[in-house]
Amino acid sequence: MTTVDMSVRPTPGAPRDYRFPAFESVTLSNGLRVVVAPVHKLPLVTVLALVDAGSVADPVGQEGVAQLTASLLTEGTGDLTGAQLAELVEVMGSSLDAGADWDSSVVKLTTLSSRLPEAIALLARVLTEPSLPDDEFQRLRTERLADLLQQRSEPRSLADEAFAQAIYAPGARYAMPDGGTERSVRALTLDQLRAFYDDRYSPRSTTVVLVGDVSLDAGVSLVSLVLGSWSGSLPAACAPPDTTSAAARGIRIVRKADAPQSELRVGHVGPPRLTDDYFPLVLCNAILGGLFSSRLNLNLREEHAYTYGAHSGVDWRRWAGPFSMDAAVQSDVSAKAVREILNEFDRIRAEPVTASELSLAISYLDGVFPIRFETTRAIASALASQAIYGLPADYYDSYRAKIRAVTADDILRVARTHLDPAQLQVVAVGDPDAIAEPLTQLGIGAVTIIDPVDTLGS
Amino acid sequence: MPGCRLNDGMPEARDSALRHFGASGRYLFVHMQIPIHTETLANGLRVTYSEDHVAPLVAVNLWYHVGSANERAGRTGFAHLFEHMLFQGSANVQANEHFELVQRAGGTLNGSTWLDRTNYFETVPSNQLAIALWLEADRMGSLLPAMTQQKLDTQREVVKNERRWSVDNQPYGTWWEKLPALTYPSTHPYHHSLIGSMEHLSEASLEDVAEFFATWYTPDNAVLSIAGDFDPVEARALVQQYFGGIPRNPSPPSRPDFSVPPRFDRALREVVEDDVQLPRAIVAMRIPPSGSDAWYAASVAGAILGMRKGSRFFRRLVRELQVAADAGAYTFDLTKGADLLIVDATANGGVTADRLEQAVHDELDAFALDGVTDAELARALALIETDFVSSLQSAQDRADTLSKFATYFGDPSLVNEQPGRYRAVTAAQVTAFAREWCMASNRATLLYVPRIVAQENAE
Repeated sequence: MTTVDMSVRPTPGAPRDYRFPAFESVTLSNGLRVVVAPVHKLPLVTVLALVDAGSVADPVGQEGVAQLTASLLTEGTGDLTGAQLAELVEVMGSSLDAGADWDSSVVKLTTLSSRLPEAIALLARVLTEPSLPDDEFQRLRTERLADLLQQRSEPRSLADEAFAQAIYAPGARYAMPDGGTERSVRALTLDQLRAFYDDRYSPRSTTVVLVGDVSLDAGVSLVSLVLGSWSGSLPAACAPPDTTSAAARGIRIVRKADAPQSELRVGHVGPPRLTDDYFPLVLCNAILGGLFSSRLNLNLREEHAYTYGAHSGVDWRRWAGPFSMDAAVQSDVSAKAVREILNEFDRIRAEPVTASELSLAISYLDGVFPIRFETTRAIASALASQAIYGLPADYYDSYRAKIRAVTADDILRVARTHLDPAQLQVVAVGDPDAIAEPLTQLGIGAVTIIDPVDTLGS
Repeated sequence: MPGCRLNDGMPEARDSALRHFGASGRYLFVHMQIPIHTETLANGLRVTYSEDHVAPLVAVNLWYHVGSANERAGRTGFAHLFEHMLFQGSANVQANEHFELVQRAGGTLNGSTWLDRTNYFETVPSNQLAIALWLEADRMGSLLPAMTQQKLDTQREVVKNERRWSVDNQPYGTWWEKLPALTYPSTHPYHHSLIGSMEHLSEASLEDVAEFFATWYTPDNAVLSIAGDFDPVEARALVQQYFGGIPRNPSPPSRPDFSVPPRFDRALREVVEDDVQLPRAIVAMRIPPSGSDAWYAASVAGAILGMRKGSRFFRRLVRELQVAADAGAYTFDLTKGADLLIVDATANGGVTADRLEQAVHDELDAFALDGVTDAELARALALIETDFVSSLQSAQDRADTLSKFATYFGDPSLVNEQPGRYRAVTAAQVTAFAREWCMASNRATLLYVPRIVAQENAE
């Protein structure tokens, strides 16, 4: 064997086929859906029990109830306390956690497959007969308040929350943190959690996803055994949240005295997950700020060195979530950085992306597809999205072809349709003394200065 | 592991397992043993191959045995700044092309710098193995022709912004540099900041880049691991072609002295005022270096103290006393000199720093006094076992672990002994560890307390 001329770049061989793991769906007689993807790579199984009980279902004034209810599920069932339950789960080497995001509540289990029968029985008990004890409720509510207190000093959380407040109409659910505000969390009662559980948790609003070292038959049998006798009617459909945009374009500075950086968010209300333009938008975002080699990152990081990294993204939700362009920039260039962000925003709407940009983004998203699904947890998350949003059965099998089919014209069209300069809001968590004046001089909107407590408080 | 066995250490047996791989076992790895084949090139580059064909992807992972510990005086942060420069092109690669070529190939990539090593890694579709190897070889063999003052100046500012983002403008962010400074003597290679001071970053020059490259970025100071779907004959040929011609270092550098006394021998403590709302106590114990028998007992002790909700700290500080909103424990996994076992707890609302700190020390006192039960050991070992199996799922994680054991211990197959090393730990050993290493005189406490901001007082 010899060495080669290094100036000759290698060319790829023929690609090997890949298919997203095969899975099957079954609906039990009580209305509960079961999705099983057998992947016998290692003796592991991930189980997700998804309930149509996300934060968007929080009743008005009870913001945070979905998250607290989910967290409380694993704090006791029957005669088991939360501490005893943790012990039982962990001595098997398993993990059992529960939480909620905007679109669903979820109980997650990861376990060695040899322990699946006992572990999934515990998952079923916390899902169907949680004791929802008062002492643990008080503790978790206090911890959530501590978390909100903590966020007053965290630039990234502050920026995200101030941005949500800036883009949505006042009082809209999406304008508040998914875990609730200090005021709403402080006011929550155990009775409200119990009522939320009774209203939203039902086999008819639940999908159980099993991925890993389990066969289709065994997976369905196990779920039937532990959840087949759970009964309940279909909960009322969740009312869509208000996704109206805030009225006037403007700049908000969240005060952080002497901050060495400004944490920036620039954007507006984005499209919902089920938009027909999903694939062109994914490509558009990859080129604008999704990839390392994106326009925003090459401009703000590699050309100007304003930041460690600049990105853009849509927070995909059932209803219209935020679209934002983000960067943490050194304070003295805050206005220049916002100007560059706006330039890139305008440019992606003004002219088609280049052939090179398009081929880079397509070949990345196409090629990286198998790499995204190496773990049971990643496959389970993908199947969870499919269940939550009702994506078609062949969604993952057709994903790569749909990515490859996107053209530069498609991207220009969706950029002009979904990105709107008139709606843009700018948020900077930083030092007003250093950045208020330069940001005002940008001439893109009035500057208001707010305190952290007003972002998370009420 | 159920049915797990120690590697028999016979190269022939490993090759045999490799050949029959996929035909004999139900799982990807028979008895959770990763297939391993190693070779050393004439220039000293050590290469580990771990072949499977479960998905059409392959991980390339390169460790250089150099980190912040090897920086010269006045150049804190340089090892990490240098890592950034490795993405700025090489003789046959333009600036920023490294990222673009890997992403265009459908791959993921990154690099990271640690106290005593720096790694670079790509995961690519299996038909793109050559481009990943070529890129790594081009920068190992001929980085310097691509280095310019402008690139250095830009990356210097990017790194300063990384420092602002991760340390200066982040609650508790300074712990990364304050804890090593508190727990290692001022002359020790781990003492100084990994991200570096702004002043030292400003002073870094192209001459520093050239010297650091010549000293540390040579094939005899690197290990390469390839894991996943590849043809072994083709992969070995590519490695030879691309890396074989890179010269070894004619005068390998001397390494610093990492030795320290085994324990602190007195309680250490520093109070840090920070722009935070809740106090946080971070308590480190000096422990034997990672990889030693005693370290495995320490690692299990860490799981008993702080791993998940059944751990002592969670049960006591979060659930019972409710002085903490969160608590955990972990080790730094340092193999030279001495490692650290760290417990941390963040206060609940309304809890003072003093009360939090006292509760943490009370719990450690009880641990040192009482030792552990068989039930606690069983819980910890079960969680560690599941984590180990989970870590085998990703080809890049496997490649990185192979590089770690090859770099630190000269033997990547040690990965296959890890379950056995943990299973050999007894409750008596963990109890002995707690008594000998967790007493107050072997604790360093970093206590973060909220700085009262004038304008908040005014509210």
